[in-house]
Amino acid sequence: MPKINYIEHNGKLHKIEVANGLSVMEGAVQNDIPGIDADCGGSMACATCHVYVKEEWFDKLEKKEDGEEDMLDMAYEPNKFSRLSCQLIVTDKLDGLEVTIPKKQA
Amino acid sequence: MNKTDALIIGAGPTGLFTAHQLKLIGLDCHIVDNLDKIGGQCIELYPDKPIYDIPAIPECSGKELIDYLIKQIKPFDIKFHLSERVEQVKKEKDHWIVKTNNETTFLTPNIIIAGGVGSFEPRKFTLKECEKFENKSVFYSIKDKNIFEGKTVSIFGGGDSALDWAIELSKNSKVNLIHRRDDFRGAQATVDKVKELAKSGKINLLTKYQISDVKGSEKLESIDIKYDEKETKNLKTDFVLGFFGLIMQLGPIANWGLNIDKKTIEVDTEKFETNQKGIYAIGDICNYPGKLKLILSGFHEGALAARACFKLARPNEKYRFEFTTSSKTIKKRLGVKSD
Repeated sequence: MPKINYIEHNGKLHKIEVANGLSVMEGAVQNDIPGIDADCGGSMACATCHVYVKEEWFDKLEKKEDGEEDMLDMAYEPNKFSRLSCQLIVTDKLDGLEVTIPKKQA
Repeated sequence: MNKTDALIIGAGPTGLFTAHQLKLIGLDCHIVDNLDKIGGQCIELYPDKPIYDIPAIPECSGKELIDYLIKQIKPFDIKFHLSERVEQVKKEKDHWIVKTNNETTFLTPNIIIAGGVGSFEPRKFTLKECEKFENKSVFYSIKDKNIFEGKTVSIFGGGDSALDWAIELSKNSKVNLIHRRDDFRGAQATVDKVKELAKSGKINLLTKYQISDVKGSEKLESIDIKYDEKETKNLKTDFVLGFFGLIMQLGPIANWGLNIDKKTIEVDTEKFETNQKGIYAIGDICNYPGKLKLILSGFHEGALAARACFKLARPNEKYRFEFTTSSKTIKKRLGVKSD
C-alpha cells in the first residue's frame, strides 16, 4: 500500500499507509492527523484540507481543476505548492508523497 | 420569551425539512441561523453546483433545492431568526431556555441541532497582528461604507465580495486591490470592470501579492505585501478589508455538555437524541455508526427526531402515525382539500 508522509507545521511526521483510490484528505482524516479538517467532506467547497506539496512531488500530481484553484483563494496562506488534499487521489505512483499541513487551518 | 414545541438550530436543508415534519404532526417551531439567509451550506458554499442524489430529483442546484424546500414549508407559519447565533442553552425543569447573541430567548422542551459543521464565520488573516486592529481598521465585512470616504483602503481577495467592494469604494476612496494570483473567481463582468478601473488608475491592482505584515501602534499605518513569496512592498493604508469567504466553526455548541467527537455530536439512531434529554442532533453535525453525510440522511434523521419531539411537547397525547396521502388532519394543516 502506498505510504503518504504527512508533516505537521511543527515538523512532526506521520507516515501513513493509504489505500489506492482514497484521497490524501481521507487518509489524514481516518488516521486523525491534526490540521486536516475537511469540513465539507471532500466536495471542494471549503479549503480546510489545504496542504503544501513537497516541490519535487508537485509536478507529478494530476493538474488542478479551476474549482480547486478558486477554492485555494480561501485557504490560509496558500503558496505555489498548495493543493486541496481531497483532490489528490492515492495511487502507487504517489508512494512516498510528502505534504505539509499549514500552521493554521480551521 | 418565545414558547415553542421545538427550536431548530440551522436553516439548511435538514433544518427546513425537519420544520416541515414538525408542522405536519402538529407541533410548532422556530428556526435560528447565524447566516443572513435561509439555506445553509447549499446557499453559502455551492448555490450553483448541481446535486444528483436527492431522491426523485435527478438534478438540481443547491439554490434550487433550497427553493423547493422553502416552497414545501410555505403552508406553515414558521418563524425564522436569521443573523442570530444561539449562545446559551440552560435546563429549567422539563424545558430548555435558549438565548441568542441578539438576546432572543426561547422556552422549549426540544432543541434540534441541524447545524451542519457549525456556524459560518468570516475567514480571517492568519497574521496575529491583525487581531489588534480588528473591527477598528481591519474588517471582514462592511456595515458602514461611509467610514472609508477619502481614506486609503486595501482590499484582499479575488471573489465577488472583494471585487464588488473595490468597485464601490473606488468612487470615494483610494483603493488597493490585492490578490494572490492573476485570475479572479468573481463574475466576468465584475472582473472586466475592475480591470478597466485599474487601467484608468481608479484602482491600484496588485496581483500575486499576499499580506505579510501590518504596521502601526495605536492606529494602522501601513501593510507589507509580498510578491510571489519573494520581494516585499510597503503600502500606506488606513483600512484593510479581507474577503476570503466563510469558514464553519462549531462555536458555542461545544459548551452545552454534549458528547462531541471531531466536531460532530453523538446521537442514538432511534430519536437522534444526544446525551441530553430533549436535545437532538441531525444532518452533517450528528454522528452514529454508519453515518453518511448526505442530505437525504438529514431528511430521515429529521423525520425521526420530529416524532421524538412530540412525546416531550405533548406528554399527555398519544402520537398517531399518519400518511399525507390519506390523513384529513394533515391535509387540513397543509391547507389542501380532502377528497
